[in-house]
Amino acid sequence: MEQVLLYFNEYKEAIFIIILSIFLGIEVISNVPSVLHTPLMSGANAISGVIIIGGIILLGHADLSGFSLELALGILAVLFGTLNVAGGFVVTDRMLDMFKKKKSN
Amino acid sequence: MPENTMQYGEIILDFSYLVAAILFVIGLKLLSKPESAKRGNLYAAAGMVLAMITTLILHKDAEGNNIALTNVIVIVAVITVGTVIGAVVARRIKMTAMPQLVSFYNATGGAASALVALMEYSNPDNTSILVTLLGLVIGSIAFSGSMIAYGKLDGWVKDWLSPLMKYINLFMLALVTVIVVYLMVAVNPMVSKEVLIYILFIMALVYGVFFVMPIGGADMPVIISLLNSFTGIAAAMAGFIYSNQAMILGGIFVGAAGTILTILMCRAMNRSLLNVIVGAFGGGGAVKGDKEIGIIKEISLSDASVLLNYTQKVVIVPGYGLAAAQAQHICSELDKLLTDRGVEVKYAIHPVAGRMPGHMNVLLAEADVPYEKLVEMDDINPDMPNTDVVVVIGANDVVNPAALDDASSPIYGMPIINAHESKNIIVMKRGMGKGYAAIENYLFYNDKTRMLFGNAKDSLQKLVAEIKNL
Repeated sequence: MEQVLLYFNEYKEAIFIIILSIFLGIEVISNVPSVLHTPLMSGANAISGVIIIGGIILLGHADLSGFSLELALGILAVLFGTLNVAGGFVVTDRMLDMFKKKKSN
Repeated sequence: MPENTMQYGEIILDFSYLVAAILFVIGLKLLSKPESAKRGNLYAAAGMVLAMITTLILHKDAEGNNIALTNVIVIVAVITVGTVIGAVVARRIKMTAMPQLVSFYNATGGAASALVALMEYSNPDNTSILVTLLGLVIGSIAFSGSMIAYGKLDGWVKDWLSPLMKYINLFMLALVTVIVVYLMVAVNPMVSKEVLIYILFIMALVYGVFFVMPIGGADMPVIISLLNSFTGIAAAMAGFIYSNQAMILGGIFVGAAGTILTILMCRAMNRSLLNVIVGAFGGGGAVKGDKEIGIIKEISLSDASVLLNYTQKVVIVPGYGLAAAQAQHICSELDKLLTDRGVEVKYAIHPVAGRMPGHMNVLLAEADVPYEKLVEMDDINPDMPNTDVVVVIGANDVVNPAALDDASSPIYGMPIINAHESKNIIVMKRGMGKGYAAIENYLFYNDKTRMLFGNAKDSLQKLVAEIKNL
């Protein structure tokens, strides 16, 4: 019990963020028309590319003096993260373009 | 003075994360309305760019060192390469390949999370071992699972269903859990933790493959949406390692949104998520012999064109066959032709038609079909008895009346588009193959139903030519 309380105390801010974000996520997504399911999923997918920040931090403080497995994986992490972000947002934009075009007609 | 600037830098960085998080939330909120969706996407992208730039400039490691210039150059170079590849592919790819692409980008996000967690595990400053392991496992599953989904949608990976699958999957999952727990509690592990972590990484990757392998095509929208939420959760776990609020909030937010979308999809099929994952479809494939199902009647192109031309109300029910045959443009042409002749044409969109959530909407939007014409299942069903002709193009299970009245059917209880209630039904189909649920479709044997066999694109082209001649 004590451990649980200590754990909560240590991570309370994070736990608050998690709980509130879950509610926020549910609230924002509810009642979405099915027309927008694909762009919405694709847009959310791009946001999950926020892992790129982790990649930048990792590679940012990596030792560049010699080649290492860590360095290679770090570069790969940033590359993958960027693909997720750039590809995700551009694809979403392209999908939405098609909906937009029809509206003005 | 130097101490002050250091502090300011950190405060500005945190503040920029707050702004980014707000932009994510507003962006996704705007994305859920047609009028503002495009703006929403831009907001979210702006939040991401902001967080990336401030991290690059202002982030400091535990010793208070900024990111060195050489590292910045390397990172910017890698990001530039990634952006160019990502954006060019996203611009160039055919609209019909959209589900694959979304899956692929989801895979890259999962891979990035897994790699970050893998490397942070051996960092002695990292105290959050549990979230690191969870990030590694979830990110790896999201990566390999999405790659398999990508392969299936692209057609080079086939469904692989075996009765043993269920047990293999449970075993794999148990094994992954055991390794995670062992890494958490073992003080002096028999195998070094560095080796174990790579074993865990590989096990999670393999589990991701096995997890998606047996999922049938009809369940793809659910699984893609679920994998999407996995990637979000994995990113959030990595956010904990760095106590980075933008990552935590963005990740959890996407995880929750993806989970809700997944549940919506499941509800549209009247099945539980567990049922989709374990895969109940395809099990009871055999048709029951005791039921008289009637005979199949074909329709000629000229009869079909006359039927469609001299009628009032037509509803088109598109399914994956339309996407597979890339027939959306010719379908839209048929629609325009009939509309010009005074026929009212609408589309009935089942929530799980196609291979990803909202697949049919995107496909038809590409072919210039105004989205006001796309009517959701619940809104079009009351209108079905007044509909003169329903044209089913490459859809199967979503119009199978067995879902309504045959309690023994695997799809019993799934809401369907009530095509059988309309006055006439034309079914365009390649052959008498069964849908993904591998069950007999009673609609095809209905007295009012006529079949038009052939590739959807060819059939539609011939039909359009026939109608033009009338």
